[in-house]
Amino acid sequence: MALCLTAVCLICSSVLAGVYALTFEPIKAASQKALEQSISAVLPEGLELSSAAVANQGGQTYEYYTASQSGETAAYAVKSTVIGFGGPLTLMVGVLADGSVYNTSVLSHSETPGLGAKCTSDVKFMEQWKGFPANANFAVKKDGGDVDAITASTITSRAYTLAVKNAVDVVKSLSK
Amino acid sequence: MSKLSIITKGFIKDNPTFVLVLGMCPTLATTTSAMNGLEMGLATLFVLVLSNMVISAIAPLVPDKVHIPVYIVVIATFVTVLQFIMQAYTPGAYQTLGLFIPLIVVNCIVLGRAEAFANKNGIVDSALDGIGIGLGFTASLTVIGIVREILGSGSIFGWKFISGDGILAFVMAPGAFLALGYLMVLFNKFVKKN
Amino acid sequence: MEYLIIIISAIFVNNILLAQFLGICPFLGVSNKLSTATGMSGAVCFVITLATVVTFLLNKYLLVPFGLEFLQTISFILVIAALVQMVEIVLKKISPSMYQALGIFLPLITTNCAVLGVAITVVTKEFTFGAESHMLNLAQAVVYALATSVGYAIAMILFAGLREHLAGNDVPKSFKGLPIALITVSIMAMAFLGFSGMV
Repeated sequence: MALCLTAVCLICSSVLAGVYALTFEPIKAASQKALEQSISAVLPEGLELSSAAVANQGGQTYEYYTASQSGETAAYAVKSTVIGFGGPLTLMVGVLADGSVYNTSVLSHSETPGLGAKCTSDVKFMEQWKGFPANANFAVKKDGGDVDAITASTITSRAYTLAVKNAVDVVKSLSK
Repeated sequence: MSKLSIITKGFIKDNPTFVLVLGMCPTLATTTSAMNGLEMGLATLFVLVLSNMVISAIAPLVPDKVHIPVYIVVIATFVTVLQFIMQAYTPGAYQTLGLFIPLIVVNCIVLGRAEAFANKNGIVDSALDGIGIGLGFTASLTVIGIVREILGSGSIFGWKFISGDGILAFVMAPGAFLALGYLMVLFNKFVKKN
Repeated sequence: MEYLIIIISAIFVNNILLAQFLGICPFLGVSNKLSTATGMSGAVCFVITLATVVTFLLNKYLLVPFGLEFLQTISFILVIAALVQMVEIVLKKISPSMYQALGIFLPLITTNCAVLGVAITVVTKEFTFGAESHMLNLAQAVVYALATSVGYAIAMILFAGLREHLAGNDVPKSFKGLPIALITVSIMAMAFLGFSGMV
């Protein structure tokens, strides 16, 4: 009886170890691909990308990628994490060298489906970030800023705005 | 029982959601949209078919006293395999369904079929039973997902036909219970009779 | 302060039954009578807390150091199944009266997804405290497990009370049983939605 259970456990865990080893590379490749896709989505086309680097800003560390054209830095892609409504909200923010936002994309979030989760699908909210100027007021309109919040999801919109602002601040300190 | 009826019974006669009322947690939690419901259903189908087959093969060898732990270990193995496969090839779906993928282990449908069918039938029949029940589960989840997505977001499988918001409550927790409750009423009224 | 956030959030804002949809099967199954609902809640509280402690330690000191995280699901469910068996045996020996009250619910708890759900949540999810988020430590995990199961008990007992009254009412035939129960839960869930944004 105990022998049978032990045998089953042994067989099952060795099967799992095997599958784990088999899928280890594809899983890594998949997350790498997702990262690369998010970077290319937030940066202008035809730029040369550096490998990841780390910047310190306001006591937080940010992973960023430098994109250059013929040797000159043209833009940065900054990974920026803040606390949203349901948990951490991680964005990839593409910022041009002059500090204006090129585009943003959500890497991971745990916002409420149908409400805050719309930060990944609400066209009006997402489009406004394209070309968002560096000297704009990074706050939602309710707080007197320039950002149109998602309907009924002010907290998520605030968090998103903060994430973009942090990314822009990182770039400002980098290009100094 | 003919092979065909083993498959079709999962849709009406032994429908896991509306008749057997099993696996309520993923049914309520993951049906915020039609696509999510479909993905969850297919994930469960995968585990159900494979675990049914293996369990029907090993059932004669397992002493009666430890059969439940053995079945659970087998099911948990396939669930973990599914986790790896989803992480590697459908990372988006893995992220949306989240916690409910590992929780397929404790979905009563899977252990229920192992106990009620797989341990006394052959491998082929058990596989067919898994496919039938799994498809029935997938169909129910997709229907609930469609209803909640139409009412809650004004779209179907992501294709938007009303601009603006739907009735947000249907995407959130209360809408899940409400949609399932009323669908069950309709099922009782129109399907169960015949 | 962090403990208060965990408690309020686990009991009301993210109620395990009404917002996270974990442990729904026994919730619908045994909420017909107030007495059985109370018994089941008690057993669940006990097992969730115990299982969380054991799986937390198992994960931290065995799985992670040896790079065996891929065995998480399988080892957690085995630990829970074994724990439930042990609790049953121990309870039978030391407190027959408590065994009488909780005994019949214990075997059902292994497949209660609330137990595995909480165990996995505690070791995989970052929790938010004000402006930062981090993984829980052991004490916080225990508080989270305890608060979650109190939330489970509150929802379960409230619902059982409602359902006892519901049983005496004349509802249309197709609504009898589960459908009307689900619609009632929906209204309860709406009430609990009022807590969102509190933490």
